[in-house]
Amino acid sequence: MSASAPGWRIDGAIDEPARVKKLTRMRSRLPAGLAAFSLVLPLLAFISLSFIAPLGALLGKSAYQPQVANILPQTMQALDQWAGVGLPPEAAFAALAKELPKARAERTLVRVGGPVNRLRGGMRSVLTRTARTLEKTAAADGSWSKTLVDIHPAWAEPGTWLAIKQAGARFTIRHYLQALDLEQRQDGSIGQRPEELRIYTPLMWRTLLVSLGVTLLCLAIGYPIAYMIATAPPRRGHLLLLMVLVPFWTSLLVRTTSWIVLLQRQGVINSLLVSLGLTPDSGRLEMIYNMTGSFVAMTHVLLPFMVLPLYSVMRAIPPSYMAAAASLGASPVQAFTRVYLPQTMPGIGAGALLVFILAIGFYITPALVGGRTGQLISGMIAYHVQTSLNWGLAAALSSILLLAVIGLYLLYSRVLGIERLSLG
Amino acid sequence: MWRRRAGRYGFNVFCVAAFVFLLAPILVIVPLSFNAEPYFTFTEGMLRLDPEAYSLRWYRSVVEDQEWSRALLNSLVIGSAATLLATTLGTLAALGLSSPAMPGRALITALLISPMVTPIIIVAVGVFFFYSSLGLGQTHAGLILAHAALGAPFVVITVTATLAGFDRSLLRAAASLGAGPLRRFFRIQLPLISPGVFSGGLFAFAASFDEVVVVLFMGGLEQRTIPRQMWSGIREEISPAILAVAVFLIIFAVAALITVDWLRRRSTTQGP
Repeated sequence: MSASAPGWRIDGAIDEPARVKKLTRMRSRLPAGLAAFSLVLPLLAFISLSFIAPLGALLGKSAYQPQVANILPQTMQALDQWAGVGLPPEAAFAALAKELPKARAERTLVRVGGPVNRLRGGMRSVLTRTARTLEKTAAADGSWSKTLVDIHPAWAEPGTWLAIKQAGARFTIRHYLQALDLEQRQDGSIGQRPEELRIYTPLMWRTLLVSLGVTLLCLAIGYPIAYMIATAPPRRGHLLLLMVLVPFWTSLLVRTTSWIVLLQRQGVINSLLVSLGLTPDSGRLEMIYNMTGSFVAMTHVLLPFMVLPLYSVMRAIPPSYMAAAASLGASPVQAFTRVYLPQTMPGIGAGALLVFILAIGFYITPALVGGRTGQLISGMIAYHVQTSLNWGLAAALSSILLLAVIGLYLLYSRVLGIERLSLG
Repeated sequence: MWRRRAGRYGFNVFCVAAFVFLLAPILVIVPLSFNAEPYFTFTEGMLRLDPEAYSLRWYRSVVEDQEWSRALLNSLVIGSAATLLATTLGTLAALGLSSPAMPGRALITALLISPMVTPIIIVAVGVFFFYSSLGLGQTHAGLILAHAALGAPFVVITVTATLAGFDRSLLRAAASLGAGPLRRFFRIQLPLISPGVFSGGLFAFAASFDEVVVVLFMGGLEQRTIPRQMWSGIREEISPAILAVAVFLIIFAVAALITVDWLRRRSTTQGP
């Protein structure tokens, strides 16, 4: 009920007849609205808890990282006062000397070692060695700073302590900076990392370009297919539609396996080329475990998502329009570009957006057939969760990808209407 | 005139090639799964149609393998439970969304459909962290909840589409004859929209039956499903046994497709 609804005045007062009308309308509609909402509520609650909440928690991880602060609370407190110039006060040394062996005993030291090591290489072993030695050592003549420096000279360097202080900060934009290949310089300014050290922005560009390429290829192949289905006689059209739907229903893993079978070095296509004498046995084509493999398999997997929206738009275009254009003297090309193509624009938009949204988040196919060079941003997220265990960075990359998808998704639902999303 | 005919001819050739691109990769799996040799390609014997070159050994190895049968059981248990949950909640939600009085429909629909377009890797990572912190990591229950969330959008979409063709005056007629709301729903509305509900459920089941990434991150050894087993098959020990499983999955896909198609035609011919 917006303020500009009839009956509402600028000052918020309502003139009498309109108010009565409005009240009766609300009285009659509210229970129905409430009834409808109470039907939706169970799923809404379920999706919120089982789906939205995990995503929210993941996004939180990208900026909020309490582990180190929780494991070394007193050290962090002591470092709070320290400005980062010179060595920290003795209290910090003493607190760390107390908390490191404790963390090692509780097996939480690895959770400190990882984050600190990412900020300053070699710190994992410094921490482990220090903790192990401290278990057996008392403070030499009461000075923890001397003891620690004796155990490892790294403790005499301010950079070591800076790394611990940064890793211990509960809130950080560090992961976002890293995900965008930015760095904080000594003077506090933020700038791009040197070009040879940039990892994530090139990967994002690659993901966008591959998705765009796959979308265009799907459009180029899908448009004629959809046209053929939409203009075929009903029975044949129906059969052709089912043929498009077979891949749609077939397991993604099956389709990916198929491409491995077809494209690998000892695969069907290479064997065929060799036996026909088109390529020498030594010159088998490298078509998989690289970008080509990702590209071909992704196009195959996503093609039905392009054909279905195109088909549902084309089906509604009466063939008489093209006949009318022809009878008015348009050449086939003119009739197509001036009459047919504009009417299929909603289908092109829906199909292209859908394919693009699905492509930028693609994981399974590139992971299985992309090899080293065919990985996209999703593969990097998986790598940081499973292998490097840099969960903050994985979360930051996830939130950037999610932001892109949400933007495209909103565009889709605003321009095309999400309710019209059909499943063929 | 000849130009138009050439154009038509070129168009047809292009479309045939496109259909070959769509279907050939799936079809090529079928003969290869009968390969007598442990290769992923056609042997000379196969090309000569030598019966010796074909065998059922990979099918036998799959059927006899404990791991595959446990994976099938896991897939069926997780898939059915997730489908039941998604179909019940999704059908209710679709009924609410189709009511003309539903407030905030566009926003809520967008929210309910969002699991379908969210990159699966983000879902898997988020669910992995969140469910593990609740003690649901490496459990069937956790996977069922996650798969139900992923399957529900399909139910919402298909049932909403079916309800669009539902004649609401039937409900008013039933009400005027004295039927209560529950009776109206179970005796009039549900039977008429049941094709949509059933296809939505089939979509949800297929979504769970084919889901690998969430299982990969959150499932343990006890929760290995068929796609998870195939994933290892592709990544680690490539054996044509996975081709035999693939054939089984293709048959499942075609059966599901034909069923949904049949249900759709039934609902459109019966509808008003």
